[in-house]
Amino acid sequence: MRCFGYPFKQAYPEQDQMESTASPERTPSPTPNLNALLRTGRWRWGDTVFRVVVSGTAASIVLGVILLVITMFEAGLAALIAFGPSFVWSTVWNPVSQVFGVLPAVYGTIATSALALVLAVPVGIGAAIFLAELAPRWLSNPISFLIEMLAAIPSVIIGFWGLFVVVPLVRQVEAPLGRVLGVIPMFSGPAYGIGLLAAGVVLAIMILPILTAVARDVLRAVPTSQREAMLALGATRWETIARAVVPYARSGIVGATILALGRALGETLAVSMVIGNTFQVSPSLFAPATTLASLIATQFREADTALYLSALIAAGFVLFVITMLVNVVARILVWKLTVQSVEV
Amino acid sequence: MQTAAQPQVAPVAAPSVSPSPDSGGRLGIGVRHLSAWYGPHQALRDITLDIPDRQVTAIIGPSGCGKSTLIRCLNRMHEVTPGARTQGQVLLEGHDVFAPSVDPVALRRLVGMVFQRPNPFPTMSVFDNVVAGLRLVAQRNRNLDELAERSLRRAALWDEVRDKLRSAGTALSGGQQQRLCIARALAVDPKVLLMDEPCSALDPIATLRIEELIRVLREEIPIVIVTHNMQQAARVSDRTAFMLAGEERVGELIEVGDTAEMFTNPSDKRTEDYITGRFG
Repeated sequence: MRCFGYPFKQAYPEQDQMESTASPERTPSPTPNLNALLRTGRWRWGDTVFRVVVSGTAASIVLGVILLVITMFEAGLAALIAFGPSFVWSTVWNPVSQVFGVLPAVYGTIATSALALVLAVPVGIGAAIFLAELAPRWLSNPISFLIEMLAAIPSVIIGFWGLFVVVPLVRQVEAPLGRVLGVIPMFSGPAYGIGLLAAGVVLAIMILPILTAVARDVLRAVPTSQREAMLALGATRWETIARAVVPYARSGIVGATILALGRALGETLAVSMVIGNTFQVSPSLFAPATTLASLIATQFREADTALYLSALIAAGFVLFVITMLVNVVARILVWKLTVQSVEV
Repeated sequence: MQTAAQPQVAPVAAPSVSPSPDSGGRLGIGVRHLSAWYGPHQALRDITLDIPDRQVTAIIGPSGCGKSTLIRCLNRMHEVTPGARTQGQVLLEGHDVFAPSVDPVALRRLVGMVFQRPNPFPTMSVFDNVVAGLRLVAQRNRNLDELAERSLRRAALWDEVRDKLRSAGTALSGGQQQRLCIARALAVDPKVLLMDEPCSALDPIATLRIEELIRVLREEIPIVIVTHNMQQAARVSDRTAFMLAGEERVGELIEVGDTAEMFTNPSDKRTEDYITGRFG
């Protein structure tokens, strides 16, 4: 136990024997009150209590998730058994004849979320690059604050605003778009305003704050050495961002996108207010549709039979599975990107 | 061979411009009355220094004396920091790099830089790292493979990575990464190479390899190396500049001269104190 000849190191073996032998004078110590110093005990139980408390909180989260999934699965099991795989593949949702299939809602969920990503990702990442790389602090901070404020607006208000502002706007855009590109199924059909496109736009606005904020933080975390390396090679500002900063941050940007996608998949109220809640699979972006979350929210109070209720809960289970799959794929994607770019 | 260190007239006065030291008579970089600021804080005061062609100039001094700021002024990396500004002249082969007509982006292509920590681009392969600078300039009829091999050979790295050109640049060891960064800087064929404490993150063996490399590259281009390590300055440099920050933390050039002369017979008391390890 002799380390670099420090006297207190000699006392370490004593510490072990202190309780049993209690003979601190065995090795004369240059520090007379060393034994007392070594004993100065704070309340060691603190460690144990702290550990138990924090492990308990962690465990309670895990337990909550497990219970949630089990009960949801259990409650939806009746519908899943009654309709089998056709619950996911069937396009019929008929409470009168008690036949339930959720394909249109699955389609609506994925279509609106994908649309929201297509609209929000370029804007969000562009804004993040501006905030992190180009804007001076006095400009960047207030803008960041405003963007984060956007995230704090309740979704019912965004939905209202979507209904009265986005929907008429979308209707005005849809009409000429349909005239020009009407041959493409995606832009065919009457311009209702209410529908997939409006829902996609509203969702895009709702996921922009988180996308921008996370992407901005990820970009800010890129080491200065990376920027300087590119600049020193004779790169312009733009080349530095495009070739050094963004590639370095790409796994984080993918992560930000997935986080936003997760939010878009589950968003209920605002979407429900502008999507039209029509149970159909239409290739047109102009057509009214529904999402899993919106389906559950709008029909929950009307569920008068056990099977109906079970079908709605099963729809929730399907939504959960979709979200989980997205997260797993995202994790794999981020992990692969990170493995390729190990920091040494 | 070279002019002796300039005797100091007064302690605070900048050393007078030494007559062009012998290196075929050519001057790589001339620093004339250069001052630099970070916002309100002055970091350099009135530096005048000659960096002869095809010689190694070492800049030594304690932490915070402005060594890095000085070297970053030479390729105008200093001004990348918000609020940073300079006064005075830096002459690259006689041309003032701060002239309004000079594009800092073009200047940095001519004045290569290697940083304190190896900073290869982690998302790029070894090959892509080397040619990253070349790819910035669109140019027809060039053979990237050939240029990459040439740069890697100049950086004494080719034999170690010839089979790993497609693997990640960050998969190399620290010393190899630093030589990769040197190869990357050399690929664009700079007229001057600046090295900001290039070995401070490396182990002694890797340091030795970089130093060997510096001695070889010295035959081709002028090299400015900032170092904390006085033994390193003594080992690799032809000329040494000693910097010190005074009470107000403003970096000043205390003495510059032939390395052998500086380390055996410094003309300034403060240089002697620093070299003999009495402070810093």
